[in-house]
Amino acid sequence: MKELLPQNQIDSFKAKAVAIAHPHELIVDLLRAIQSHHGWVPDDGVLLTADTLGVLPIEVEEVATFYDKIFRRAVGRRVIHLCDSICCWSTGAEMITEHLKKVLGINLGETTSDGQFTLLPSCCLGACGDAPAMMIGLTTHGRLTAEKINDVLQKERAAIAAEVLK
Amino acid sequence: MNKYPQVLFKNRRPGETVLLPEYEKNGGYQSLRAALQMSPAEVCELVKGSGLRGRGGAGFPTGIKWSFFPAEQPGDKYLVCNGDEMEPGTYKDRQLLLADPHQLVEGMAIAAYALQTPIGYIFLRYAYEDCSQRVERAIEEATTAGYLGENILGSGSDVELHVHRSAGRYILGEETSLLNGLEGRRPNPRSKPPFPAQRGLFGRPTNVNNVETLANVPHILTNGAAWFHSLALNPESAGTKLFGLSGHLNRTECFELPLGITLREVVEDFGGGVRGGKKFKACLPGGASTPYLTAEHLDLMMDFDPLEAVGSRIGTAGVTVFDENTCMVAVTRNLNQFFARESCGWCTPCRDGLATISWLLDLIENGQATEDHLAMLHDQVRNIKGRSFCALAEGAMGPVEALLRLFEDEIKDHIKQGGCPFS
Repeated sequence: MKELLPQNQIDSFKAKAVAIAHPHELIVDLLRAIQSHHGWVPDDGVLLTADTLGVLPIEVEEVATFYDKIFRRAVGRRVIHLCDSICCWSTGAEMITEHLKKVLGINLGETTSDGQFTLLPSCCLGACGDAPAMMIGLTTHGRLTAEKINDVLQKERAAIAAEVLK
Repeated sequence: MNKYPQVLFKNRRPGETVLLPEYEKNGGYQSLRAALQMSPAEVCELVKGSGLRGRGGAGFPTGIKWSFFPAEQPGDKYLVCNGDEMEPGTYKDRQLLLADPHQLVEGMAIAAYALQTPIGYIFLRYAYEDCSQRVERAIEEATTAGYLGENILGSGSDVELHVHRSAGRYILGEETSLLNGLEGRRPNPRSKPPFPAQRGLFGRPTNVNNVETLANVPHILTNGAAWFHSLALNPESAGTKLFGLSGHLNRTECFELPLGITLREVVEDFGGGVRGGKKFKACLPGGASTPYLTAEHLDLMMDFDPLEAVGSRIGTAGVTVFDENTCMVAVTRNLNQFFARESCGWCTPCRDGLATISWLLDLIENGQATEDHLAMLHDQVRNIKGRSFCALAEGAMGPVEALLRLFEDEIKDHIKQGGCPFS
């Protein structure tokens, strides 16, 4: 299994935690770092965070489980956050959702069998002028059409293939 | 196309970010220099006199908030910028930070001097990684140039700024929830009082302002309170406002417009009218929690007091327009689903009340409701309003109440027809 976080990053968080008065304030940063490297935050990621910052595992867990963008369950290599809030809804988000479900062959909340994509409903992404919108990883894609989605997915698949080769 | 004075967007060019040299060339950081020649109390007085009201949704007068802050109290004190911007229909702070992030940095440096808060945090939502990177770069540039750091511009004052990248959830925009989030605690809201100005971040006095609010501060310092008042078309008001247009309009972009502009001008001249030549039915004037306006409100001034007078709010001025074919029950159901899902679950009126409202709106929209369900909807609003722990559920009642007040006939049509008249 892939490591949770490279040792140099763990060391850097450790050093920061002892240098500041309130090490808890690094919990979200460290959870995000683990997720960015490992894809999601397993139980061991919670324990690693607690150990690195010198805080209790429960203090990490109660933070980790609050945020919808911290994944405590395995996700695909790319997480698609599909906005279903008012501006996207009023400009066709339901059609966009049906298209994504069809081309990926999954329902909301599921991961493709090849482990490439997880499709999650999301609240407003702050791209209301470019509705309908979705976010893949940390990149927002707006003014979505079926064609545009197919194009974005193709590019993501190619990028994943390149990552796997590396 | 925009004939009105551009202040926050004066340097804005599509797809580009203004870096320090250009910002300085256009007068950037002259306001900070001017502020450092004044006393902190004089800076607060100037902001108070400008009539600037908070641009994050609540509209509290910024100068008055600052004047309550115990700037003279010894020990740690903090300045926090709320860049959570998660209310559906709201994307204006993102446009500001993408275009010209130094305005926020300079505004925070001035605020930090006025309030004597040497440490500042900029809280940015998960989806705004693009903004986080630009703000971090602006902080780096400003630190290298001596506008941030120790003894800024030889004034004897220190200001350091940090970016906090969050991880989702609308509730973090509530200021006490945000403070818990910054501390790395589970971000349920805190009980008020004590207010953040007394006990905020890490239990210390903390001042929280929105991105757009802080970005206005340098311009007020340079041009004065009278100039700021003159920007608004409403003589009772002051300043410009960033309007983010969305929904069924031909042009869904973000514009800087004077406060007091009519809704008609926003919709027709800036939004390019309703898509497909359809009629305007209703809009959210300032985000998902602001009660609907209808065609009868088109000639109203888009401003704090005029909208409150008709039972709505300007909120964040994220204007979401709905055309004549839109079912307002379905709109309200979508909005309520958002609030129900984003409830943190701390208090019963919000956790259970919003879920019950979702259930009732589902029944109505699907044609399975009776008159009893309509009575239950009225009852639920009474159970939630004024009884929730924080403002989330209170805000959620904005569109539900407006649905009952303005579109009760539409609800009754659903009940009579046993289905949605618009589908």
